[in-house]
Amino acid sequence: MSGLLELQRRVAAAVMHPLTRQETMPRRRKDGASNQSEADAIIKPNDRLSSFERLEIYNRQYWFRLYSCFEEDFPGLMAIVGRKKFDALMRAYLTEIPSTSFSLRNLGSQLEHWLREHVEFIEARTELALDMVRIEWAHIEAFDSAAEPLLDPDDLASVNEDSHLHLQPYLRLLKLHYPVDDLIIEVRSESGSSDSSSNNASVARKRRTVHRVAQLEPEDIHLAVHRHDNAVYYKQLGREDYQLLSALIAGESIGTAIDSAFEGSALPEDERVPFLQTAFQTWASLGWFIK
Amino acid sequence: MPANRFNGFTEYGVGIGLRIPHYRHILSRKPVVDWFEIISENYMVDGGRPLEVLDQILEQYNVVQHGVSMYFGSASAPDPEHLKRLKRLVKRTKTPWLSDHLCWGSVDGRYTHDLLPMPYTWEAVKVTAERIRHVQDFLEIPVVVENVSSYAEYHVSEMTEWEFLNEVVERADCGILLDVNNIYVSSQNHSFDPFTYVNAVPADRIAQIHIAGHSKFEKYILDTHDHPVLEPVWQLYARTIERAGPTATLLEWDDNIPSFEDVHAEALKANQFLHAAAKPAAPEFAEVAK
Ligand SMILES: [Fe+2]
Repeated sequence: MSGLLELQRRVAAAVMHPLTRQETMPRRRKDGASNQSEADAIIKPNDRLSSFERLEIYNRQYWFRLYSCFEEDFPGLMAIVGRKKFDALMRAYLTEIPSTSFSLRNLGSQLEHWLREHVEFIEARTELALDMVRIEWAHIEAFDSAAEPLLDPDDLASVNEDSHLHLQPYLRLLKLHYPVDDLIIEVRSESGSSDSSSNNASVARKRRTVHRVAQLEPEDIHLAVHRHDNAVYYKQLGREDYQLLSALIAGESIGTAIDSAFEGSALPEDERVPFLQTAFQTWASLGWFIK
Repeated sequence: MPANRFNGFTEYGVGIGLRIPHYRHILSRKPVVDWFEIISENYMVDGGRPLEVLDQILEQYNVVQHGVSMYFGSASAPDPEHLKRLKRLVKRTKTPWLSDHLCWGSVDGRYTHDLLPMPYTWEAVKVTAERIRHVQDFLEIPVVVENVSSYAEYHVSEMTEWEFLNEVVERADCGILLDVNNIYVSSQNHSFDPFTYVNAVPADRIAQIHIAGHSKFEKYILDTHDHPVLEPVWQLYARTIERAGPTATLLEWDDNIPSFEDVHAEALKANQFLHAAAKPAAPEFAEVAK
């Protein structure tokens, strides 16, 4: 094996290993390996710092950067589970699912999936926490996914039940058990605008305020997370809207999508045509249909 | 250096890093700024506000791309998706040159998102130079590499950092983004004379200079980009300009970001050195007069 590759693997193993509760580099790793002897073997000491201390600077740097990014992406989850549990969850997730993307934007891409397999981190508020993670990830996706050119109004007017309509890549549909949309707006407006990639170092871990969440009553809601004038919005949808849009996104024809929208619907027959007209008009005016 | 093949034959003056808190000011007041440096990764997305703001900036300003995750020194090959997205952005910005760091940061597909120091070995010289050539060929624009600040050195190193830099840029035949703050930070952390470093760099390859502020701790200095530029860093800057001539200069400010005006004013302090270097030196006049 190349010396360079081997050295980088060894340094990465130390740098990406979780810190202690006191945010220091542990003497011993979980697998029993000694960071002390690894540091001594790889890093030169100087007149002020030992090999261990020099390696520790990078170990801390790695985690502070990841914490700060993850906390910025999921302030709503932090508000629900509280600082302490959030910390434990964040450390465990980032240890098990290290970044595999050049962009920190994708850090939370596996979080929902991972949490479903590690519900012990969100016990007592499992559904609420999962709903929050889903809306927070949908927000990230809606913010910077592509926007495609709109479908001409003439083309929209000439569709029939066998036609297929394509929707904006930034549009995300969610079926949730709690009305977390209001909650997330509150938490986000207090936590300010999002940060971005940079190449500087941090002195210490940045602490952000934790907003505690009052008891939220469960309520089934359907949401479209979308973008307008470069801002992300949450639009409440009716059950029929949600099913119709979901079917269109899944590639069903308009006819099939309409059938699935009214499956088990309580909407009276005579209100269905006006409902569809309004729905399609609204979505077209929001710019959701693309060529 | 004045216009040359490493900076796409441009003569840019003093720029600042484009940062989110300044978006509104720049777009509404349209201040005069020689150029902006963008962090490529923040715009390697498919749509939304980042790209719209970028397009508006591009209509009025010169923009140069600076990356933080190409990791020329990583032993494992870069992600093809990364290169593809980067090239798409290069076409959008028409950046005359593109910079990233002489460091590593990913291994086996896992990213540390940090700028980790290289072991200064001959093997690393070879791997890094090949990677720079590959990226340059793929992007079809001049690629320049930036020296990073570091807090650790490896036992396996076979040369100094500036020897390593020289070997890499000669073999890759690329330009240098000389970060004089990084040189200062590393010189304090590793006890070398920063002027030895500045004097050893091939002046004709310097395409751009970074200046920035840092934080001093009891036992080490951290490259925090959250302060004005410190005096010793200005001295290194002056020496670099003396050797390389007027060179595109950029102030980096990434944390505790003050107002646009404050950041820009701090950057413009570089002009006194640039103007001095642009004028023919006084002693030469004296020679002619004789
Ligand atoms: Fe820099």
